[in-house]
Amino acid sequence: MAPHSASSPPSRPRVALFATCLVDLMRPSVGFAALKLLEDAGCIVDVPNQTCCGQPAFNSGDRASAQALALQMITAFEGFDYVVAPSGSCAGQIRRHYPELFEGDPNLIRRAEAVAAKTWELTSFLVDVMKVEAVSASVAGTATYHDSCSGLRELGVKAQPRKLLASVEGLTLTEMNENEVCCGFGGTFAVKYGEISDSIVGKKAGNVTQSGAAMLLAGDLGCLMNIAGKLSREGKAVEVRHVAEVLAGMTDEPPIGVPPQGAR
Amino acid sequence: MSARDDILGTIRRSLGVTGQEAPRRSIVENRLAQAPRGVIPQRGQLDPQARAALFRTMAEAALATVEEVESLDKVPAAVAEYLRRGNLPARARVGEALAGLPWGETTLEVGTGPSDGRDLIAVNRAFAGAAETGSIALVSGPDSPTTLNFLPDYAIAVLRESEIAGDYESVWDRIRERYGKGTMPRTLNWITGPSRSADIEQTMLLGAHGPRSLHILVVKD
Amino acid sequence: MTSHITSPQFKENASRALVDAPLQQAMGNVRVNFIERRRAAAEKLPEFEGLRDSARDIKNHALEHLDLYLETWEQNVTKAGGHVHWARTAEEAREAVLAICRRVGAKTVTKGKSMISEEISLNTALEAAGIKPVETDLGEYIIQLRGELPSHIIAPAVHLNATQVESDFRRVHTHLDPKRDLSQPVQLLTEARGVLRDRFLAADVGITGANFLIAETGTSVIVTNEGNGDLTQILPKIHVVIASIEKIVPTLEDASQILRVLARSATGQEMSVYTTLSTGPRRPGDPDGPEEYHVVVLDNGRSSMLGTAFQDMLRCIRCGACMNHCPVYHAVGGHAYGWVYPGPMGAVLSPSLIGVDKAGHLPNASTFCGRCESVCPVRIPLPKMMRSWREREFERHLSPATVRGGLAFWSFFARRPGLYRLATRLGMGALAWFGRDKGKFASLPFASGWTKYRDFPAPQGGTFQQRYRDTRKQGARR
Repeated sequence: MAPHSASSPPSRPRVALFATCLVDLMRPSVGFAALKLLEDAGCIVDVPNQTCCGQPAFNSGDRASAQALALQMITAFEGFDYVVAPSGSCAGQIRRHYPELFEGDPNLIRRAEAVAAKTWELTSFLVDVMKVEAVSASVAGTATYHDSCSGLRELGVKAQPRKLLASVEGLTLTEMNENEVCCGFGGTFAVKYGEISDSIVGKKAGNVTQSGAAMLLAGDLGCLMNIAGKLSREGKAVEVRHVAEVLAGMTDEPPIGVPPQGAR
Repeated sequence: MSARDDILGTIRRSLGVTGQEAPRRSIVENRLAQAPRGVIPQRGQLDPQARAALFRTMAEAALATVEEVESLDKVPAAVAEYLRRGNLPARARVGEALAGLPWGETTLEVGTGPSDGRDLIAVNRAFAGAAETGSIALVSGPDSPTTLNFLPDYAIAVLRESEIAGDYESVWDRIRERYGKGTMPRTLNWITGPSRSADIEQTMLLGAHGPRSLHILVVKD
Repeated sequence: MTSHITSPQFKENASRALVDAPLQQAMGNVRVNFIERRRAAAEKLPEFEGLRDSARDIKNHALEHLDLYLETWEQNVTKAGGHVHWARTAEEAREAVLAICRRVGAKTVTKGKSMISEEISLNTALEAAGIKPVETDLGEYIIQLRGELPSHIIAPAVHLNATQVESDFRRVHTHLDPKRDLSQPVQLLTEARGVLRDRFLAADVGITGANFLIAETGTSVIVTNEGNGDLTQILPKIHVVIASIEKIVPTLEDASQILRVLARSATGQEMSVYTTLSTGPRRPGDPDGPEEYHVVVLDNGRSSMLGTAFQDMLRCIRCGACMNHCPVYHAVGGHAYGWVYPGPMGAVLSPSLIGVDKAGHLPNASTFCGRCESVCPVRIPLPKMMRSWREREFERHLSPATVRGGLAFWSFFARRPGLYRLATRLGMGALAWFGRDKGKFASLPFASGWTKYRDFPAPQGGTFQQRYRDTRKQGARR
């Protein structure tokens, strides 16, 4: 499961940013933060026309739709040096599961494998491929980091975000208990089995508040919306943000689930 | 069709085989004949002295107690002293394999044969030890009743230091030497510490159904 | 006669479990104890990951050659003086056990812990035949007193606390002093030991399960910590082993490889206290041991799993690590799954054994967090196989209509990027507008499963793609 070897990248690689549908629809600021981080690291970034990686269909057993969406993604993204997503879950879908989707079709499996091999989660791309040692950002406060499941277990994302966060001026990272335990999101699971999902995210919210951190960060918007929604329902004033926003120093947008200033 | 033939038939259909394929049969025959060892933990691969030391450490970690005895002849005295230290009655059931030891030189009242459940203390001869986990192996037979390993509250096992292997596989080699390849004693017990249960609130408690304590006498030889 | 299956009511079971205070407290212990102990044991053995590979490969090899190893195993059991009884179904397995018990006029049988016994509802069958089954594993004994199924495959009573056990003991052990002190767990253990000791000595038949069947020697292997499985098999005249076909391993060495990952994955022990290898009945000259040795070997649908997407599930060695690490199991406990096999392994195995129409919820009730697979000692790709069940449910139109509808709606737009851009710009614009005051929604009609428990954060407004293209256009104009 170790991130596969990053043979020395072109000095200015052409990177396709896959914002992911959640970021595209819910929180465009994460996309801009990712864009800034990639450009600061020396990448030439493009945002090809995109919709969804197909994971909801794939995980719901709708293989035909998952295949169609995967093929659409592959076609749009295969011409670039790298594909980078601010999400371990979506990057994991492409990297680990696209080849599975085309088992038995030698031509498509070759294309799927080629795209899979150059697809990265944002923080691991910055650290493991672009060899970024530090970011130039300044965000004051204490933060705790939730390891999203797919990033952690499918892609080995663990040290990379922490390494970059350590270079953010003014930021202190405080680890919470059970930081590798699922938040209970699980895509459609959160709606289909809302009550169980709530019990799981309740424990996560408890661990977040117990850590004493003023800010919760993670690399996946799905988890963040779930935990933010729970913290907000419980009236806990923890600021929830995607890790990219902090790394890019772009914290002027209100945190997840908080209205823009002056809206009231 | 018999249940047997039906089950084997379904397995073969599912696997897409007939069961008659010569290459497949020879793969199985070879594996059974060669019994490859796989991954062996380095931790037990030591010289005899270090192996005995590891055995002791691991057995104690599993909450057994280990005591060195100079020679087999000294076993009765060591047992008597162990029972005295624990304020236990001077009465034990011993496996036939140990019946010839000088029990008469102690004040112990000693019986042989299997246990009927009324023995508090039993002493049995172990076949081998495995240093990697501090486990002992006991084999059933005319001179080592299996009931002695489970019914008494206090189990005492006697083992020669040279019988402590680094790993389980070295013990299988000795089993095959003694019984022949493919043959086993009726019962072979690997025992690692005294009986326990954590079935109530995951709290570990000793002496569930088997012995509350396991004392291992390692005979230097 | 199959044990009562409540898997179709998984959601209702889960709702009850979520408000069951003793259960929630017990699951809190599981979350901490099992996980920490396994981690410590794995860290202490540098070869642990290599042994997991080895264990996986051995089971794969055994499954690929299962017919031949079963034949070899049977020959060797017979050579050692034992008897093999083949059972296609739960019914045939129960009949085989009952026939042995009836032949010797058995009145009581003691039982070591066996999941196959649970799978075939053996106790119900024995009782119906007038034979008293006595579970001797402490956890199994407790749940037998309560008339429950195990809630965990290695810790059957993990859902209970000591107070509950105390009241069961007082209810059942009426021959003991009602004023006795049972306030400490050790007193409960001592009482069970005393009560069961008499049962061990009185039993006519002893029934155990098997962790392995070794082809090379015709041996069955059980692993326990209490020693109950041993007293079950050495004291009565007859030892009956019930095991399923996939328990076969080729050699003593192969069993040893798997033993090295079994206890470490299950309880975090280096080795369980008692690992017992049994081969045939008592030998001439043996002072103890059973006079007859029988193995009832059960298929019950497993042979049909070979060669399918679910073959890998047959590698399972029943250590329980998957459920010990599962957030859903931690939330609802084992009984919610509604049959004998809970947690991730049950979510894959149960649909094969009782039908996906009954067990359909189980492979869906997973967040796919992947922690089960990351700790499985034989590296079973559990999430992948749950997904395979979801695919079958989708194909057979067994998944809920709302899910299918929502998914079809989403896929329709996602497969048409132009339409997607238009629809999402409008949709998100509207949602952002409605949510702009509070920054969140306390209820949403299409996601009530979410908003009943959590707020739904409002979108920022606009889509990233639209805003990106707008900024690029402005940049170009400048």
